[in-house]
Amino acid sequence: MKNIGYFFSEGCRNMLTHGFMSFAAVGITVACLLIMGTFSLVAYNANVNLEILQRENAVVAFVDDSLSDQEAQAIESRLAAVPGVADVTFVSRQEARDTYVANYDENGLYSELSANVFRHRYVIHITDQEQMHAIAAAVEDVEGIDKVRADEAITTGFITVRNVAQIISFALIAVLLVVSLFIISNTIKLTTFDRKDEIAIMKVVGATDGFIRWPFVFEGMIFGLVGSVVAFGLQWLLYAAIADGIAGNDTLQLIRIVPFGAIWAPVALFFLVVGMLVGIAGSLMAIHRFLRV
Amino acid sequence: MIRLKDVHKTYVNGTHALNGVSFQVDDGDFAFLVGPSGSGKSTIIKLLTGEIVPDRGRVMVNGFSVSNIREWQIPLMRRTVGVIFQDFRLIQNKTVYDNLALAMRAVGASRATVQERIPYVLELVGLRGKEKSFPDQLSGGEQQRVAIARALVNNPITIVADEPTGNLDPAMSLEIMTLLERINALGTTVIVVTHERELVNHFRKRVILLDRGTVIGDGVGTYEVEA
Repeated sequence: MKNIGYFFSEGCRNMLTHGFMSFAAVGITVACLLIMGTFSLVAYNANVNLEILQRENAVVAFVDDSLSDQEAQAIESRLAAVPGVADVTFVSRQEARDTYVANYDENGLYSELSANVFRHRYVIHITDQEQMHAIAAAVEDVEGIDKVRADEAITTGFITVRNVAQIISFALIAVLLVVSLFIISNTIKLTTFDRKDEIAIMKVVGATDGFIRWPFVFEGMIFGLVGSVVAFGLQWLLYAAIADGIAGNDTLQLIRIVPFGAIWAPVALFFLVVGMLVGIAGSLMAIHRFLRV
Repeated sequence: MIRLKDVHKTYVNGTHALNGVSFQVDDGDFAFLVGPSGSGKSTIIKLLTGEIVPDRGRVMVNGFSVSNIREWQIPLMRRTVGVIFQDFRLIQNKTVYDNLALAMRAVGASRATVQERIPYVLELVGLRGKEKSFPDQLSGGEQQRVAIARALVNNPITIVADEPTGNLDPAMSLEIMTLLERINALGTTVIVVTHERELVNHFRKRVILLDRGTVIGDGVGTYEVEA
Protein backbone atom coordinates (compact mmCIF):
# COMPACT_ATOMS: atom_id res chain seq x y z
CA MET A 1 0.00 0.00 0.00
CA LYS A 2 2.87 2.39 0.78
CA ASN A 3 3.98 2.09 -2.85
CA ILE A 4 0.61 2.94 -4.36
CA GLY A 5 1.73 6.45 -5.37
CA TYR A 6 4.81 4.98 -7.03
CA PHE A 7 2.76 2.38 -8.94
CA PHE A 8 0.29 5.03 -10.08
CA SER A 9 2.97 7.46 -11.26
CA GLU A 10 4.82 4.65 -13.06
CA GLY A 11 1.54 3.56 -14.69
CA CYS A 12 0.89 7.14 -15.88
CA ARG A 13 4.48 7.45 -17.14
CA ASN A 14 4.15 4.21 -19.14
CA MET A 15 0.91 5.46 -20.62
CA LEU A 16 2.36 8.83 -21.65
CA THR A 17 5.54 7.27 -23.08
CA HIS A 18 3.48 5.45 -25.70
CA GLY A 19 1.06 8.24 -26.52
CA PHE A 20 -0.28 6.91 -29.77
CA MET A 21 -0.76 3.33 -28.63
CA SER A 22 -2.31 4.57 -25.40
CA PHE A 23 -4.69 6.70 -27.44
CA ALA A 24 -5.55 3.64 -29.55
CA ALA A 25 -6.13 1.51 -26.43
CA VAL A 26 -8.38 4.13 -24.86
CA GLY A 27 -10.13 4.69 -28.21
CA ILE A 28 -10.89 1.01 -28.70
CA THR A 29 -12.12 0.73 -25.11
CA VAL A 30 -14.45 3.69 -25.72
CA ALA A 31 -15.74 2.20 -28.97
CA CYS A 32 -16.28 -1.22 -27.42
CA LEU A 33 -18.05 0.12 -24.36
CA LEU A 34 -20.19 2.42 -26.48
CA ILE A 35 -21.34 -0.37 -28.78
CA MET A 36 -21.90 -2.73 -25.84
CA GLY A 37 -23.75 0.00 -23.94
CA THR A 38 -25.94 1.00 -26.87
CA PHE A 39 -27.15 -2.51 -27.59
CA SER A 40 -27.63 -3.25 -23.90
CA LEU A 41 -29.72 -0.10 -23.57
CA VAL A 42 -31.81 -1.01 -26.63
CA ALA A 43 -32.45 -4.44 -25.08
CA TYR A 44 -33.25 -2.81 -21.73
CA ASN A 45 -35.72 -0.35 -23.26
CA ALA A 46 -37.38 -3.09 -25.29
CA ASN A 47 -37.80 -5.03 -22.07
CA VAL A 48 -39.28 -2.04 -20.28
CA ASN A 49 -41.73 -1.52 -23.15
CA LEU A 50 -42.69 -5.19 -22.98
CA GLU A 51 -43.41 -4.85 -19.28
CA ILE A 52 -45.57 -1.81 -19.95
CA LEU A 53 -47.34 -3.73 -22.69
CA GLN A 54 -47.85 -6.56 -20.25
CA ARG A 55 -49.64 -4.16 -17.97
CA GLU A 56 -51.60 -2.34 -20.68
CA ASN A 57 -52.05 -4.70 -23.58
CA ALA A 58 -55.03 -6.84 -22.66
CA VAL A 59 -56.77 -9.69 -24.42
CA VAL A 60 -60.48 -8.93 -24.88
CA ALA A 61 -62.82 -11.93 -24.84
CA PHE A 62 -66.37 -11.31 -26.17
CA VAL A 63 -69.16 -13.31 -24.56
CA ASP A 64 -71.61 -15.28 -26.69
CA ASP A 65 -74.70 -13.11 -27.30
CA SER A 66 -77.06 -15.96 -26.51
CA LEU A 67 -75.98 -16.07 -22.85
CA SER A 68 -77.94 -14.27 -20.15
CA ASP A 69 -76.25 -11.64 -17.96
CA GLN A 70 -75.86 -14.15 -15.10
CA GLU A 71 -74.46 -16.83 -17.39
CA ALA A 72 -72.03 -14.31 -18.91
CA GLN A 73 -70.71 -13.35 -15.48
CA ALA A 74 -70.39 -16.96 -14.46
CA ILE A 75 -67.63 -17.52 -17.04
CA GLU A 76 -65.20 -15.35 -15.04
CA SER A 77 -63.90 -18.14 -12.81
CA ARG A 78 -63.25 -20.41 -15.82
CA LEU A 79 -61.31 -17.63 -17.57
CA ALA A 80 -59.26 -16.91 -14.45
CA ALA A 81 -58.30 -20.60 -14.37
CA VAL A 82 -56.73 -20.48 -17.86
CA PRO A 83 -52.93 -20.83 -17.45
CA GLY A 84 -51.10 -17.55 -18.08
CA VAL A 85 -54.04 -15.32 -17.15
CA ALA A 86 -53.06 -12.68 -14.59
CA ASP A 87 -56.43 -11.07 -13.97
CA VAL A 88 -59.91 -10.96 -15.45
CA THR A 89 -62.35 -8.05 -15.40
CA PHE A 90 -65.98 -8.34 -16.54
CA VAL A 91 -67.23 -5.41 -18.63
CA SER A 92 -70.95 -5.36 -19.22
CA ARG A 93 -72.65 -4.20 -22.43
CA GLN A 94 -73.66 -0.97 -20.71
CA GLU A 95 -70.15 -0.26 -19.43
CA ALA A 96 -68.69 -0.96 -22.87
CA ARG A 97 -71.20 1.39 -24.47
CA ASP A 98 -70.50 4.14 -21.91
CA THR A 99 -66.74 3.89 -22.40
CA TYR A 100 -67.16 3.98 -26.16
CA VAL A 101 -69.39 7.03 -26.05
CA ALA A 102 -67.04 8.76 -23.59
CA ASN A 103 -64.08 8.11 -25.91
CA TYR A 104 -65.59 8.80 -29.31
CA ASP A 105 -68.74 10.86 -28.97
CA GLU A 106 -68.63 14.20 -30.65
CA ASN A 107 -71.50 16.66 -30.56
CA GLY A 108 -73.87 14.06 -29.10
CA LEU A 109 -73.57 11.82 -32.18
CA TYR A 110 -73.71 8.61 -30.13
CA SER A 111 -75.96 9.80 -27.34
CA GLU A 112 -78.78 7.57 -28.55
CA LEU A 113 -76.52 4.55 -29.05
CA SER A 114 -78.07 1.40 -27.58
CA ALA A 115 -76.08 -0.87 -25.26
CA ASN A 116 -77.43 -3.86 -27.23
CA VAL A 117 -75.03 -3.04 -30.04
CA PHE A 118 -72.24 -4.07 -27.66
CA ARG A 119 -71.48 -7.42 -26.14
CA HIS A 120 -70.55 -8.44 -22.64
CA ARG A 121 -66.81 -8.86 -22.53
CA TYR A 122 -63.87 -9.74 -20.35
CA VAL A 123 -60.67 -7.71 -20.25
CA ILE A 124 -57.90 -10.21 -19.53
CA HIS A 125 -54.30 -9.35 -18.57
CA ILE A 126 -51.74 -12.04 -19.12
CA THR A 127 -48.53 -12.86 -17.29
CA ASP A 128 -46.26 -13.34 -20.30
CA GLN A 129 -46.66 -11.41 -23.54
CA GLU A 130 -44.66 -14.02 -25.43
CA GLN A 131 -47.49 -16.51 -24.68
CA MET A 132 -50.21 -14.17 -25.93
CA HIS A 133 -51.12 -16.28 -28.94
CA ALA A 134 -51.47 -19.52 -26.96
CA ILE A 135 -53.37 -17.84 -24.11
CA ALA A 136 -55.77 -16.13 -26.56
CA ALA A 137 -56.47 -19.52 -28.16
CA ALA A 138 -57.09 -21.11 -24.75
CA VAL A 139 -59.45 -18.28 -23.77
CA GLU A 140 -61.33 -18.70 -27.04
CA ASP A 141 -61.84 -22.37 -26.18
CA VAL A 142 -63.64 -21.48 -22.94
CA GLU A 143 -67.31 -22.28 -23.28
CA GLY A 144 -69.42 -19.15 -23.66
CA ILE A 145 -66.65 -17.12 -25.32
CA ASP A 146 -67.52 -16.22 -28.87
CA LYS A 147 -64.51 -14.29 -30.06
CA VAL A 148 -61.15 -13.05 -28.78
CA ARG A 149 -59.24 -9.91 -29.78
CA ALA A 150 -55.51 -9.79 -29.07
CA ASP A 151 -53.04 -7.19 -30.43
CA GLU A 152 -50.31 -9.66 -31.15
CA ALA A 153 -48.52 -7.57 -33.76
CA ILE A 154 -47.27 -4.93 -31.32
CA THR A 155 -46.25 -7.54 -28.80
CA THR A 156 -44.46 -9.60 -31.42
CA GLY A 157 -42.67 -6.47 -32.62
CA PHE A 158 -41.34 -5.62 -29.19
CA ILE A 159 -40.37 -9.21 -28.46
CA THR A 160 -38.46 -9.38 -31.74
CA VAL A 161 -36.64 -6.10 -31.05
CA ARG A 162 -35.77 -7.22 -27.53
CA ASN A 163 -34.58 -10.67 -28.59
CA VAL A 164 -32.51 -9.35 -31.49
CA ALA A 165 -30.98 -6.64 -29.31
CA GLN A 166 -30.21 -9.19 -26.61
CA ILE A 167 -28.57 -11.63 -29.01
CA ILE A 168 -26.59 -8.87 -30.73
CA SER A 169 -25.52 -7.33 -27.44
CA PHE A 170 -24.38 -10.67 -26.03
CA ALA A 171 -22.49 -11.53 -29.20
CA LEU A 172 -20.98 -8.05 -29.44
CA ILE A 173 -20.03 -7.99 -25.78
CA ALA A 174 -18.18 -11.27 -26.22
CA VAL A 175 -16.41 -10.18 -29.42
CA LEU A 176 -15.63 -6.66 -28.24
CA LEU A 177 -14.35 -7.81 -24.88
CA VAL A 178 -11.84 -10.00 -26.68
CA VAL A 179 -10.90 -7.17 -29.06
CA SER A 180 -10.37 -4.63 -26.24
CA LEU A 181 -8.46 -7.18 -24.22
CA PHE A 182 -6.20 -7.86 -27.19
CA ILE A 183 -5.55 -4.17 -27.97
CA ILE A 184 -4.91 -3.19 -24.35
CA SER A 185 -2.74 -6.24 -23.83
CA ASN A 186 -0.69 -5.41 -26.94
CA THR A 187 -0.27 -1.78 -25.90
CA ILE A 188 1.00 -2.84 -22.51
CA LYS A 189 3.18 -5.51 -24.12
CA LEU A 190 4.85 -2.68 -26.01
CA THR A 191 5.51 -0.87 -22.74
CA THR A 192 6.81 -4.02 -21.07
CA PHE A 193 9.02 -4.80 -24.06
CA ASP A 194 10.44 -1.29 -23.84
CA ARG A 195 11.15 -1.85 -20.18
CA LYS A 196 12.36 -5.44 -20.30
CA ASP A 197 15.88 -4.44 -19.16
CA GLU A 198 14.38 -2.53 -16.28
CA ILE A 199 12.24 -5.51 -15.34
CA ALA A 200 15.27 -7.83 -15.51
CA ILE A 201 17.26 -5.52 -13.21
CA MET A 202 14.35 -5.30 -10.81
CA LYS A 203 14.21 -9.10 -10.69
CA VAL A 204 17.97 -9.35 -10.09
CA VAL A 205 17.90 -6.94 -7.15
CA GLY A 206 15.05 -8.89 -5.56
CA ALA A 207 11.81 -7.20 -6.60
CA THR A 208 8.79 -9.41 -6.17
CA ASP A 209 6.62 -10.24 -9.20
CA GLY A 210 3.82 -8.27 -7.57
CA PHE A 211 5.94 -5.13 -7.30
CA ILE A 212 6.91 -5.37 -10.97
CA ARG A 213 3.37 -6.14 -12.05
CA TRP A 214 1.54 -3.32 -10.26
CA PRO A 215 2.61 -0.35 -12.44
CA PHE A 216 1.38 -2.25 -15.51
CA VAL A 217 -1.87 -3.16 -13.78
CA PHE A 218 -2.31 0.53 -12.97
CA GLU A 219 -1.62 1.39 -16.59
CA GLY A 220 -4.35 -1.02 -17.71
CA MET A 221 -6.68 0.34 -15.07
CA ILE A 222 -6.08 3.90 -16.27
CA PHE A 223 -6.85 2.83 -19.85
CA GLY A 224 -10.09 1.28 -18.63
CA LEU A 225 -10.95 4.22 -16.40
CA VAL A 226 -10.35 6.91 -19.02
CA GLY A 227 -12.10 4.77 -21.65
CA SER A 228 -15.15 4.21 -19.47
CA VAL A 229 -15.48 7.90 -18.51
CA VAL A 230 -15.29 9.02 -22.15
CA ALA A 231 -17.64 6.22 -23.25
CA PHE A 232 -20.13 7.17 -20.54
CA GLY A 233 -20.20 10.80 -21.70
CA LEU A 234 -20.66 9.79 -25.32
CA GLN A 235 -23.32 7.23 -24.39
CA TRP A 236 -25.25 9.91 -22.54
CA LEU A 237 -25.17 12.25 -25.57
CA LEU A 238 -26.10 9.44 -27.97
CA TYR A 239 -28.93 8.21 -25.76
CA ALA A 240 -30.34 11.72 -25.34
CA ALA A 241 -30.20 12.30 -29.10
CA ILE A 242 -31.99 9.00 -29.86
CA ALA A 243 -34.59 9.64 -27.14
CA ASP A 244 -35.27 13.13 -28.58
CA GLY A 245 -35.54 11.67 -32.06
CA ILE A 246 -38.10 9.08 -30.97
CA ALA A 247 -40.10 11.59 -28.93
CA GLY A 248 -40.27 13.90 -31.94
CA ASN A 249 -41.43 11.20 -34.34
CA ASP A 250 -45.21 10.66 -34.65
CA THR A 251 -44.94 6.95 -35.53
CA LEU A 252 -42.34 6.06 -32.91
CA GLN A 253 -44.07 7.87 -30.05
CA LEU A 254 -45.58 4.53 -29.05
CA ILE A 255 -42.14 3.50 -27.80
CA ARG A 256 -41.35 4.63 -24.29
CA ILE A 257 -37.74 5.54 -23.64
CA VAL A 258 -36.50 5.41 -20.06
CA PRO A 259 -34.89 8.79 -19.28
CA PHE A 260 -31.08 8.55 -18.98
CA GLY A 261 -31.29 10.31 -15.63
CA ALA A 262 -33.08 7.25 -14.26
CA ILE A 263 -30.45 4.75 -15.39
CA TRP A 264 -27.14 6.67 -15.40
CA ALA A 265 -25.86 5.05 -12.20
CA PRO A 266 -26.01 1.39 -13.34
CA VAL A 267 -24.74 2.40 -16.79
CA ALA A 268 -21.77 4.25 -15.21
CA LEU A 269 -21.07 1.30 -12.93
CA PHE A 270 -21.24 -1.14 -15.85
CA PHE A 271 -18.83 0.98 -17.93
CA LEU A 272 -16.45 1.45 -15.02
CA VAL A 273 -16.40 -2.21 -14.00
CA VAL A 274 -16.13 -3.60 -17.54
CA GLY A 275 -13.57 -0.97 -18.60
CA MET A 276 -11.32 -1.48 -15.61
CA LEU A 277 -11.60 -5.27 -15.61
CA VAL A 278 -10.68 -5.39 -19.30
CA GLY A 279 -7.76 -3.05 -18.61
CA ILE A 280 -6.48 -5.10 -15.69
CA ALA A 281 -6.93 -8.42 -17.49
CA GLY A 282 -5.15 -7.01 -20.57
CA SER A 283 -2.19 -5.85 -18.52
CA LEU A 284 -1.90 -9.14 -16.64
CA MET A 285 -1.90 -11.01 -19.95
CA ALA A 286 0.85 -8.74 -21.26
CA ILE A 287 3.16 -8.83 -18.25
CA HIS A 288 2.87 -12.57 -17.61
CA ARG A 289 5.58 -13.50 -20.14
CA PHE A 290 8.11 -10.94 -18.90
CA LEU A 291 8.04 -12.15 -15.34
CA ARG A 292 9.46 -15.55 -16.18
CA VAL A 293 13.09 -14.70 -15.27
CA MET B 1 28.00 -17.42 3.55
CA ILE B 2 28.05 -19.16 0.19
CA ARG B 3 28.30 -22.93 0.21
CA LEU B 4 28.15 -25.44 -2.63
CA LYS B 5 28.30 -29.13 -1.78
CA ASP B 6 28.60 -31.79 -4.46
CA VAL B 7 26.56 -29.72 -6.91
CA HIS B 8 25.57 -31.25 -10.24
CA LYS B 9 23.81 -29.46 -13.07
CA THR B 10 22.96 -30.71 -16.54
CA TYR B 11 21.06 -28.48 -18.97
CA VAL B 12 18.17 -29.74 -21.10
CA ASN B 13 20.44 -29.86 -24.16
CA GLY B 14 22.56 -32.45 -22.35
CA THR B 15 25.48 -30.20 -21.37
CA HIS B 16 26.99 -31.31 -18.05
CA ALA B 17 27.77 -27.87 -16.61
CA LEU B 18 28.69 -28.88 -13.06
CA ASN B 19 29.94 -32.28 -11.94
CA GLY B 20 30.15 -32.36 -8.17
CA VAL B 21 31.32 -28.84 -7.36
CA SER B 22 32.01 -28.07 -3.69
CA PHE B 23 33.41 -24.91 -2.08
CA GLN B 24 32.54 -22.45 0.62
CA VAL B 25 33.03 -18.68 0.84
CA ASP B 26 32.62 -17.34 4.36
CA ASP B 27 31.10 -13.99 5.24
CA GLY B 28 33.56 -11.18 4.64
CA ASP B 29 35.80 -13.25 2.34
CA PHE B 30 37.05 -12.30 -1.11
CA ALA B 31 37.34 -15.01 -3.76
CA PHE B 32 38.09 -15.20 -7.45
CA LEU B 33 36.24 -17.85 -9.38
CA VAL B 34 38.32 -18.56 -12.45
CA GLY B 35 38.41 -21.01 -15.29
CA PRO B 36 38.20 -21.28 -19.06
CA SER B 37 34.97 -20.98 -21.07
CA GLY B 38 32.63 -23.86 -20.34
CA SER B 39 34.16 -24.52 -16.93
CA GLY B 40 30.84 -23.79 -15.16
CA LYS B 41 31.42 -20.22 -13.88
CA SER B 42 28.20 -18.84 -15.39
CA THR B 43 26.20 -21.78 -14.08
CA ILE B 44 27.46 -21.05 -10.56
CA ILE B 45 26.38 -17.40 -10.92
CA LYS B 46 22.94 -18.53 -12.06
CA LEU B 47 22.73 -20.79 -9.01
CA LEU B 48 23.78 -17.98 -6.69
CA THR B 49 21.12 -15.64 -8.12
CA GLY B 50 18.36 -18.22 -8.04
CA GLU B 51 17.92 -18.32 -11.82
CA ILE B 52 18.35 -22.09 -11.82
CA VAL B 53 18.35 -24.86 -9.23
CA PRO B 54 20.88 -27.71 -9.01
CA ASP B 55 19.95 -31.21 -10.16
CA ARG B 56 21.82 -32.70 -7.24
CA GLY B 57 23.78 -31.41 -4.26
CA ARG B 58 23.25 -28.40 -2.03
CA VAL B 59 23.62 -24.66 -2.68
CA MET B 60 23.34 -22.32 0.31
CA VAL B 61 23.25 -18.57 -0.27
CA ASN B 62 23.27 -16.42 2.85
CA GLY B 63 21.00 -18.79 4.74
CA PHE B 64 18.75 -19.71 1.80
CA SER B 65 18.90 -23.20 0.35
CA VAL B 66 18.68 -22.75 -3.43
CA SER B 67 18.18 -26.49 -3.85
CA ASN B 68 14.71 -26.41 -2.34
CA ILE B 69 13.88 -22.71 -2.26
CA ARG B 70 10.23 -21.67 -2.54
CA GLU B 71 9.26 -19.23 -5.24
CA TRP B 72 8.33 -16.46 -2.80
CA GLN B 73 11.74 -16.76 -1.12
CA ILE B 74 13.72 -16.11 -4.32
CA PRO B 75 13.33 -12.27 -4.21
CA LEU B 76 14.32 -12.33 -0.53
CA MET B 77 17.42 -14.35 -1.36
CA ARG B 78 18.30 -12.03 -4.25
CA ARG B 79 18.23 -9.06 -1.88
CA THR B 80 21.21 -10.56 -0.07
CA VAL B 81 23.26 -10.77 -3.28
CA GLY B 82 24.35 -7.77 -5.34
CA VAL B 83 25.20 -8.71 -8.92
CA ILE B 84 27.59 -6.85 -11.23
CA PHE B 85 27.61 -7.69 -14.94
CA GLN B 86 30.31 -7.37 -17.58
CA ASP B 87 28.03 -5.21 -19.75
CA PHE B 88 26.94 -3.02 -16.78
CA ARG B 89 23.20 -3.39 -17.62
CA LEU B 90 22.34 0.19 -16.75
CA ILE B 91 19.05 1.69 -17.88
CA GLN B 92 20.15 4.10 -20.56
CA ASN B 93 17.25 6.54 -20.28
CA LYS B 94 17.65 6.93 -16.53
CA THR B 95 20.18 9.08 -14.74
CA VAL B 96 22.75 7.58 -12.39
CA TYR B 97 20.55 8.57 -9.47
CA ASP B 98 17.44 7.01 -11.05
CA ASN B 99 19.28 3.77 -11.87
CA LEU B 100 20.15 3.42 -8.22
CA ALA B 101 16.74 4.59 -7.07
CA LEU B 102 15.08 1.92 -9.26
CA ALA B 103 17.05 -0.81 -7.49
CA MET B 104 16.04 0.59 -4.12
CA ARG B 105 12.38 1.21 -4.97
CA ALA B 106 12.19 -2.30 -6.41
CA VAL B 107 12.69 -3.72 -2.95
CA GLY B 108 10.26 -1.30 -1.36
CA ALA B 109 12.63 1.38 0.00
CA SER B 110 10.93 4.66 0.87
CA ARG B 111 11.76 7.91 -0.93
CA ALA B 112 13.49 9.20 2.19
CA THR B 113 15.72 6.11 2.46
CA VAL B 114 16.59 6.40 -1.23
CA GLN B 115 17.55 10.06 -0.83
CA GLU B 116 19.69 9.25 2.17
CA ARG B 117 21.45 6.14 0.84
CA ILE B 118 22.33 7.05 -2.76
CA PRO B 119 24.76 9.94 -2.00
CA TYR B 120 26.57 7.69 0.47
CA VAL B 121 26.98 4.86 -2.04
CA LEU B 122 28.03 7.22 -4.84
CA GLU B 123 30.64 8.69 -2.53
CA LEU B 124 31.88 5.17 -1.80
CA VAL B 125 32.37 4.35 -5.48
CA GLY B 126 33.83 7.78 -6.27
CA LEU B 127 30.96 9.10 -8.34
CA ARG B 128 29.74 11.99 -6.19
CA GLY B 129 28.51 14.75 -8.48
CA LYS B 130 27.49 12.36 -11.28
CA GLU B 131 23.95 11.85 -10.00
CA LYS B 132 22.31 13.61 -12.93
CA SER B 133 24.48 12.07 -15.65
CA PHE B 134 23.06 9.50 -18.03
CA PRO B 135 25.06 6.28 -18.59
CA ASP B 136 26.13 7.26 -22.12
CA GLN B 137 27.73 10.41 -20.69
CA LEU B 138 30.07 8.29 -18.56
CA SER B 139 33.24 6.31 -19.35
CA GLY B 140 33.20 2.52 -19.23
CA GLY B 141 34.90 2.55 -15.83
CA GLU B 142 32.39 5.04 -14.48
CA GLN B 143 29.50 2.99 -15.80
CA GLN B 144 30.88 -0.06 -14.04
CA ARG B 145 31.16 2.02 -10.85
CA VAL B 146 27.47 2.87 -11.22
CA ALA B 147 26.75 -0.85 -11.60
CA ILE B 148 28.77 -1.53 -8.45
CA ALA B 149 26.89 1.24 -6.65
CA ARG B 150 23.62 -0.33 -7.76
CA ALA B 151 24.74 -3.71 -6.47
CA LEU B 152 25.71 -2.12 -3.16
CA VAL B 153 22.80 0.21 -2.69
CA ASN B 154 20.56 -2.35 -0.98
CA ASN B 155 23.37 -3.30 1.39
CA PRO B 156 23.75 -6.96 0.31
CA ILE B 157 25.72 -9.56 2.25
CA THR B 158 27.49 -10.75 -0.91
CA ILE B 159 28.57 -9.11 -4.15
CA VAL B 160 28.88 -11.40 -7.16
CA ALA B 161 30.75 -9.79 -10.04
CA ASP B 162 30.51 -11.55 -13.39
CA GLU B 163 33.57 -10.56 -15.49
CA PRO B 164 33.34 -6.98 -14.13
CA THR B 165 36.41 -5.84 -16.06
CA GLY B 166 35.69 -7.64 -19.30
CA ASN B 167 34.84 -4.41 -21.13
CA LEU B 168 37.50 -2.20 -19.54
CA ASP B 169 41.12 -1.33 -20.25
CA PRO B 170 43.80 -2.65 -17.82
CA ALA B 171 44.12 0.60 -15.83
CA MET B 172 40.37 0.88 -15.39
CA SER B 173 40.16 -2.83 -14.55
CA LEU B 174 42.66 -2.37 -11.76
CA GLU B 175 40.66 0.57 -10.40
CA ILE B 176 37.43 -1.45 -10.40
CA MET B 177 39.09 -4.40 -8.72
CA THR B 178 40.61 -2.10 -6.10
CA LEU B 179 37.16 -0.70 -5.47
CA LEU B 180 35.79 -4.21 -4.96
CA GLU B 181 38.65 -4.91 -2.58
CA ARG B 182 37.72 -1.78 -0.59
CA ILE B 183 34.08 -2.85 -0.48
CA ASN B 184 35.22 -6.23 0.82
CA ALA B 185 37.29 -4.50 3.49
CA LEU B 186 34.06 -2.86 4.69
CA GLY B 187 32.63 -6.32 5.40
CA THR B 188 30.83 -7.39 2.21
CA THR B 189 31.65 -10.84 0.83
CA VAL B 190 32.92 -10.51 -2.75
CA ILE B 191 33.07 -13.23 -5.40
CA VAL B 192 34.61 -12.16 -8.69
CA VAL B 193 34.19 -14.38 -11.72
CA THR B 194 36.90 -13.66 -14.23
CA HIS B 195 39.39 -15.18 -16.65
CA GLU B 196 41.88 -12.30 -16.45
CA ARG B 197 44.95 -14.06 -15.13
CA GLU B 198 47.10 -10.94 -14.56
CA LEU B 199 44.46 -9.18 -12.55
CA VAL B 200 43.89 -12.23 -10.37
CA ASN B 201 47.61 -12.68 -9.81
CA HIS B 202 48.00 -8.99 -8.90
CA PHE B 203 45.65 -9.18 -5.92
CA ARG B 204 46.83 -12.49 -4.43
CA LYS B 205 43.44 -13.44 -3.01
CA ARG B 206 41.75 -16.79 -2.75
CA VAL B 207 41.32 -18.40 -6.16
CA ILE B 208 38.83 -21.16 -6.91
CA LEU B 209 39.80 -22.77 -10.20
CA LEU B 210 37.16 -24.54 -12.24
CA ASP B 211 37.54 -26.81 -15.23
CA ARG B 212 34.84 -28.75 -17.04
CA GLY B 213 32.41 -28.44 -14.16
CA THR B 214 34.70 -29.42 -11.32
CA VAL B 215 36.89 -27.52 -8.87
CA ILE B 216 40.52 -28.31 -9.74
CA GLY B 217 42.14 -25.79 -7.44
CA ASP B 218 41.27 -23.76 -4.36
CA GLY B 219 43.72 -21.64 -2.40
CA VAL B 220 45.21 -18.22 -1.79
CA GLY B 221 47.65 -17.15 -4.42
CA THR B 222 47.62 -16.93 -8.18
CA TYR B 223 45.59 -18.25 -11.09
CA GLU B 224 47.96 -21.24 -11.37
CA VAL B 225 47.24 -22.23 -7.77
CA GLU B 226 47.29 -25.95 -7.02
CA ALA B 227 44.57 -27.62 -5.03
